[in-house]
Amino acid sequence: MSVAAFYVGRSRSIALVGGPKHGTELHSLPGYYGYFTAIWCLLPALAVLLAWVLLEPRVVVAMVIQGLPAEQQALSPGELDLLINNIQNLAAGDAVSGTVDAVLSDAAQRFLALTALSRRILAILTLGLGGLGAAIAWRRIRPDLRARNRVEQIVLLMLIAASSIAIFTTVGIVLSVLFEAIRFFQQVPVTEFLFGLNWSPQTAIRADQVGSSGSFGAVPLFTGTLLITAIAMFVAVPVGLMTAIYLAEYSSHRVRSIAKPLLEVLAGIPTVVYGFFAALTVAPWVRRTGESLGLEVASESALAAGLVMGIMIIPLVSSLSDDAINAVPSAMRDGALGLGSTRSETMTRVILPAALPGIVGGVLLAVSRAIGETMIVVMAAGLAANLTANPFEAVTTVTVQIVTLLVGDQEFDSAKTLAAFALGLMLFVVTLILNVFGLSVVRKYREQYD
Amino acid sequence: MARMTESNSSDEQPPSMELDAETEVPTEAAVAANGAQLALAEEQIVDIGETVGNVRCEDPYVVAENVNVFYGDNHAIKDVTLEISKKEVIALIGPSGCGKSTFLRCLNRMNDSIETARVSGDISLGGQDIYSKEFDPVALRARVGMVFQKPNPFPKSIYDNVAYGPRIHGLANDRAELDEIVHNSLERAGLLKEVKDRMDEPGTGLSGGQQQRLCIARTIAVNPEVILMDEPCSALDPIATARIEDLMDELSEDYAIVIVTHSMQQAARVSGRVAYFHLGLLVEVDETDKIFTNPQHKLTEDYITGRIG
Ligand SMILES: Nc1ncnc2c1ncn2[C@@H]1O[C@H](COP(=O)(O)OP(=O)(O)OP(=O)(O)O)[C@@H](O)[C@H]1O
Ligand SMILES: [Mg+2]
Repeated sequence: MSVAAFYVGRSRSIALVGGPKHGTELHSLPGYYGYFTAIWCLLPALAVLLAWVLLEPRVVVAMVIQGLPAEQQALSPGELDLLINNIQNLAAGDAVSGTVDAVLSDAAQRFLALTALSRRILAILTLGLGGLGAAIAWRRIRPDLRARNRVEQIVLLMLIAASSIAIFTTVGIVLSVLFEAIRFFQQVPVTEFLFGLNWSPQTAIRADQVGSSGSFGAVPLFTGTLLITAIAMFVAVPVGLMTAIYLAEYSSHRVRSIAKPLLEVLAGIPTVVYGFFAALTVAPWVRRTGESLGLEVASESALAAGLVMGIMIIPLVSSLSDDAINAVPSAMRDGALGLGSTRSETMTRVILPAALPGIVGGVLLAVSRAIGETMIVVMAAGLAANLTANPFEAVTTVTVQIVTLLVGDQEFDSAKTLAAFALGLMLFVVTLILNVFGLSVVRKYREQYD
Repeated sequence: MARMTESNSSDEQPPSMELDAETEVPTEAAVAANGAQLALAEEQIVDIGETVGNVRCEDPYVVAENVNVFYGDNHAIKDVTLEISKKEVIALIGPSGCGKSTFLRCLNRMNDSIETARVSGDISLGGQDIYSKEFDPVALRARVGMVFQKPNPFPKSIYDNVAYGPRIHGLANDRAELDEIVHNSLERAGLLKEVKDRMDEPGTGLSGGQQQRLCIARTIAVNPEVILMDEPCSALDPIATARIEDLMDELSEDYAIVIVTHSMQQAARVSGRVAYFHLGLLVEVDETDKIFTNPQHKLTEDYITGRIG
């Protein structure tokens, strides 16, 4: 319909000025008058459609409830919900819990009728609005109507709306995490959370339960995270950096064209796959190697998780370093070579120092990625909140604890559940700082050569 | 309806298109004519086959014999023979794309780092074949320094920029010697006065002309025998250019200088000899005065009088 409106709008604009020969008398190209009409036709109708679809269920349900006998209207909200559910199921022909009595089937009938009616009204309304919109636009088309500007304004608004979706979602998530975390800190003091050395989040659900101390010291979690991240960076930074140096400066075109996509495949492997690789292959291997060296190694160790996480991060480090190295102007390279430096002197004395800020930024981004990583650690590092710096012991991380806090049954407002939000908030703050810092370093460095 | 309007609206366009075509016709014709001229010119050279003037010189130090350079299939330098003596300034001139930079880069083997480039023929430096297997290109580049078109100081301090070469070649035994080399080089490049008090500031913070002089200081700090300059003043204003030209004059007492330039005046001011390249061929080499007052070759004459370029 709006397609039709497009053609109608365009031809009218042409007709108004007396045929296509006089096209230059129009303010905008005829096509813009077409879009103008089409938008007038489409947007109001779409808005109504959207609102209707959102509101319809509530209105219909409310009307069904109105029609129910008084005794059922007096039910508590929970029971009423159940009843409505039953009615809807009945209407959809699904299985129904409880007996189907006359009242219920009656209500289901009415539910169906109302829904059908609503659909019909909706169809008529949108079509009517579309037609009306097109008609208004049609009347408004004049040679001096600034159709192009109008159309562009509307397109701009749509772009803004689209981009604000992501922003508002982020803000929403941050706020909800923040509020839940504040509720947690009402139950558990901030100082205990930040500085307590003991993590054991089992709280008593019933008063007579034993063995549930409920202490929320987050320090072991953060040290665990730190330990694993450190191991991961220990693997990823040297390997990634050397890979980048080789690819950027030494490899032939052919090697580069094969190796780069392969590295990107490494980056594309789901973390779950890395996780069971860590748990089933690397962890036993670490344990066996450790034992043959006479070391005590837990079957789930920080080392295994850290190693695999390091491998996972290699592509990130190498591709960001590669970018940084390539961003160093080739004039630097020529200058160094022209003074009689060897390739490696050029690399270590001129290019790496020049690329260093970019590389540091990349590493910071990699760190924040490692801190936020969950799957590998859940599978390979264990759940025990040990306060240790020994890489052969099982440790746990912030992300893992969030997962374990939230799986399983518990009251939604228990300290245990809310602790997850507090941890999430901490994690968010830490990675945010790292990201902002890393990105600003990277950006500052980019500007240096432009 | 819609289609009709479309076809009609395209009827509307032709007037402006005709206009376009009209404005384009002369240029196309000019291009064709130009092409014909160039083709003609090439034929002429192929007929002549030899470089006119005098490619030889007294006391030759850098000798290029029958040098050919290919970039893939592109024959960029065709059979060029040229001698350069130890203490002269020779200017390479010619229209854009004629191979001046390519020839220059042959002299310190900077073409090695271009994957597609292939060099044949003999180039020798003080009697040694620089393209032989035993000859180390890294050592060569310490003897044949290069200054680039765009100033390219390293993102290091002024001091470290100049000290870079002496450091990697181990020219100084201690800090005092290094200081002396740095000071001398900056002095000779005419930059010392301006940067004396800011040796620790980054070299990239200098003005363009200062940066280029810093690059020259950096080059002479490793004490080369030949200095190659590829349009060293094209990014500089007249005053900075004049300073660098003065500098070349002084440096020519100790070094052989090969300079690529697009400025006829500059070539006339600084050089003792001029080599004119055209489409990869070395057309004419002679004393600067002779080239500019009495060129032997028709192409040279056309170029210096501004008919090609
Ligand atoms: N790195 C390269 N790869 C492939 N072809 C090249 C390369 N450098 C130069 N060429 C080609 O070699 C020819 C000579 O180029 P060169 O840069 O030597 O010209 P030039 O005389 O220095 O020109 P200009 O005055 O514009 O600097 C040109 O046809 C150019 O396209
Ligand atoms: Mg050039």
